Amino acid sequence: MADYKIHLLVCGGTGCKSSESQILAEHLRNEIGNQGLKDYAQVVGTGCFGFCEKGPIVKIIPDNTFYTQVKPEDAKEIVEEHIVKGRKVSRLLYKDPKTEKIITDSKGMEFYKKQVRIALRNCGVIDPENIEEYIARDGYSALGKVLTSMTPEETIEIIKKSGLRGRGGAGFPTGLKWEITRQSPGKEKYVVCNADEGDPGAFMDRSILEGDPHSVIEAMAINGFCTGASNGLVYIRAEYPLAIDRLKNAIDQARHYGLLGEKIFGTDFCFDITLRYGAGAFVCGEETALIHSMEGGRGEPTMKPPFPSVKGYLGKPTNVNNVETFASVPVIINKGFEWYSSIGTEKSKGTKVFALAGKVNNVGLIEVPMGITLREVIFEIGGGIKNGKKFKGVQIGGPSGGCLTHKHLDVPIDYESLVAAGAMMGSGGMIIMDEDDCMVDVAKYFLDFTVDESCGKCTPCRVGNKRMHELLVNITKGNGTKDDIDRLMNLGNVIRDTSLCMLGQSAPNPVLSIIDNFREEYEAHIAEKKCPSGVCKALMIYEIVPENCVGCTACARACPVGAITGERKEIHRIDPSLCIKCGACMDRCKFNAVIVN
Amino acid sequence: MSRIKVELKKKDVDTIREICKSFDNQPGELINVLHKTQHTFGYLPAEVQEVVAKELSVPVAKVYGVVTFYSFFSMIPKGKHPISICTGTACYVRGAENVLAEFKKTLKIEVGETTADGKFSISCLRCVGACGLAPVVMVGEKTYGRVSPEMVKDILKEYDE
Repeated sequence: MADYKIHLLVCGGTGCKSSESQILAEHLRNEIGNQGLKDYAQVVGTGCFGFCEKGPIVKIIPDNTFYTQVKPEDAKEIVEEHIVKGRKVSRLLYKDPKTEKIITDSKGMEFYKKQVRIALRNCGVIDPENIEEYIARDGYSALGKVLTSMTPEETIEIIKKSGLRGRGGAGFPTGLKWEITRQSPGKEKYVVCNADEGDPGAFMDRSILEGDPHSVIEAMAINGFCTGASNGLVYIRAEYPLAIDRLKNAIDQARHYGLLGEKIFGTDFCFDITLRYGAGAFVCGEETALIHSMEGGRGEPTMKPPFPSVKGYLGKPTNVNNVETFASVPVIINKGFEWYSSIGTEKSKGTKVFALAGKVNNVGLIEVPMGITLREVIFEIGGGIKNGKKFKGVQIGGPSGGCLTHKHLDVPIDYESLVAAGAMMGSGGMIIMDEDDCMVDVAKYFLDFTVDESCGKCTPCRVGNKRMHELLVNITKGNGTKDDIDRLMNLGNVIRDTSLCMLGQSAPNPVLSIIDNFREEYEAHIAEKKCPSGVCKALMIYEIVPENCVGCTACARACPVGAITGERKEIHRIDPSLCIKCGACMDRCKFNAVIVN
Repeated sequence: MSRIKVELKKKDVDTIREICKSFDNQPGELINVLHKTQHTFGYLPAEVQEVVAKELSVPVAKVYGVVTFYSFFSMIPKGKHPISICTGTACYVRGAENVLAEFKKTLKIEVGETTADGKFSISCLRCVGACGLAPVVMVGEKTYGRVSPEMVKDILKEYDE
């Protein structure tokens, strides 16, 4: 192997790949070849760096130079200037939006300063398609350690003491789950990795599978050893083609290296992994639904107990864990439970990955220690709100979570505090909203999602959510009545208490938390028939300001329904009974004479 | 729902049979079989489902139940250039709704429909995970980021023949 002095890490995650990062990597390789530096510098396609806002990212090791929004045409300059002459290409460097200072070393970026990357430790660092790079970062040493020097009980004890809890959302203690599966009688058992990441706006599981698939494979094997299972299954969304490819490739490599298959590490332990594909159903993230889907049926949930740990896939004891949970396991075994449990809060240990999205400056994937505050996440790591707008709310936990506001900014992020504040950890989606977002519309959006995704098996979820959705639609159309808020609350509480699975039980959360925190917005829609943020179209009234109108007729000509009248050089008028609120007049007017009320 | 009648050729039936066989005709592999079949035929009309049901020895109703349960499976042929608009939360708050409306208006079709010439179809998907590029639109395999309603015409123009 050549002894490379410089490594150019090019992000190959879905986001950056969509912006031609693959072509960029190819161009970089060609340029390096042209300069005759093939043995000196190496281009590595890695997983996600997390800083998706400014992708594609190129990071140069050893000096941590962090180039953002790099285009294929920039390859030549990077190689000629940086690699050959040692001069950084300053126009591609990251500029701190607050201080306007150019930052050369990624360690100096606000985005990374407060992060602690455990589950994401290898994402953006190694080539996920090369098992040797994983092994060079202590990969598979935890599996080796467990198989050759520890008993299943000892291993489970470490996981229990580490305080690791399920990262899929519910926060069930991982070690305890492993122990229950181990103690469940049965010769045949299964390990299932839940990679059915359905929360729209969360993409951590995908990033881990794309950037570090071996960490999940290794942890599943460790879990197999602990629970007595020799078959592993990954249930993965069909919408994630890149993650599927990387995972398949990683499984093949692990088999080739004898890290999956028969007699692993020369012991009697056998373990192998196969893939099962989801087909686009949010409810399949619920573990009983997921199991039914893996069995080839409709992904409808069933009553718990029996829990999958006792009776799961094909009726056998099945340990279901989420991708991020698994990814944390090998490090805990290697570094010890004392180290892991020293991070985080009393009841929530370690770190959590969040997908930061919406109206925040630094959209991306972050991993932070439990106990960090929302303020730190949104305003320091996230870099504050886009375009200098005002922060309004943050939806945590996706369609099952809740919407928090200003007063919660200093709430520490851990399982208990988030629930107490009216949200939940969920899978880690964090959508930031600004002053332009209408919270009633956001509530409607999430309910629209759950109504669409409800499997229809139990009545409270199937019918109840639909009725709530109708109430919200009415409110946003200006047909709400003053009893509607009470109706929403009553109905929401009934759905919460009586639905069969977590999808239904948590579906009213966004609506209820928005009533708690933004009641005045509901009231404005209902009592004043106004949408304070100007989002709900039905409540908008387009008007022409007589002082500004010059009578140019541009708006009247643009109006598709002929709702605007007025002669040339005279003040025009919009007939509200004809207006369809398309906004064409406003776009066309050069004199700011069209306004919305 | 209007039903599209499809006449399966013997060759097509054989292809489906082979797909089923590659999964050992196991009923538990139904979803994998459907994935592969849809990949081959582009969609899953009732006639195809009947063959799958027969091969896996399960009732057609079960196959139909599974096909209609999952949003990934379609009983209507998609357009030559399927347009998928991400309506995940990140795209939604950055204006995906307006982009979707523009596509519907320009192509004069609704979500889940295909244009009369079979060229375009519109579907919504939940988060492709490229939230940094929101709002995101995919046409076939190509991804378009930070799409605004004004860009819709130019995007469609790329597919002029």
